[in-house]
Amino acid sequence: MITVNHYMMLSAILFAIGTFGVLTRKNAIVIFMCIEVMLNSVNLTFIALSRHVGNMDGQIFVFFVMTVAAAEAAVGLALMIAFFRNKDSIDTDDFNLLKW
Amino acid sequence: MEAILFYITAAVAILSALFVTQCRNPVNSALNLITTFLCLAVFYVMLEAPFMAAIQIMVYAGAIMVLIIFVIMLLNLGLAVKSRYSHGLAGGGFVAALVLLVTSHFVGTGVATGTGGEITSEVIASYGHTELIGRAMFVDFLLPFEIASILLLVAIVGAVVLSKRKV
Repeated sequence: MITVNHYMMLSAILFAIGTFGVLTRKNAIVIFMCIEVMLNSVNLTFIALSRHVGNMDGQIFVFFVMTVAAAEAAVGLALMIAFFRNKDSIDTDDFNLLKW
Repeated sequence: MEAILFYITAAVAILSALFVTQCRNPVNSALNLITTFLCLAVFYVMLEAPFMAAIQIMVYAGAIMVLIIFVIMLLNLGLAVKSRYSHGLAGGGFVAALVLLVTSHFVGTGVATGTGGEITSEVIASYGHTELIGRAMFVDFLLPFEIASILLLVAIVGAVVLSKRKV
């Protein structure tokens, strides 16, 4: 029998993998994709708990997370294109314009 | 039967999420990310949320991933495959293990309370999941819905301004 704890454990593992990717990768687009993995793991928690509680609110919240993720994708990728035009790279090591 | 499906799909989801963080070519990472999204859609179907599964495939695996792959191909990042692609493996691994430890401790020791809401399997079967979502969204959450549309408008304008050469 699959309980809500199984889903929460799975989403904890996915969130940890996403954290690992964000902290170790250099490519900004891959970091962005790891953030998407983290967002999706939280979405899974929301839907599992919404099903467990018997309430629709968690699933509505997932809608808004998806909206914010879409907006973030549009703006973030535009930022990366603008950065690539100036530096010819999207390695996070080159993101040092504000460094002292 | 449900347990077998759960464990197989969970294994595929975890493995493909790991490959997202480990593939050297960003296109491979993107394809693995699509696999993760599809596995999550399977979980949403198992949780009796078929509309969310459809949205997951259409919005995430469709729209957002097309955007990401478009940018990867536009910037032609495959050339950097041979260079060093990650750093801070020990520190990142330590922090990720810490996150996993804390969350699994909370999940393992805590109990999910508060069962017995009005949305049961029978209600979903009789009304349909889409209708329940629509009612909740356009009755209880109408103002957040409108605010989300304004957020999307702002994001469109911001993306256009950021990627223009001369403003």
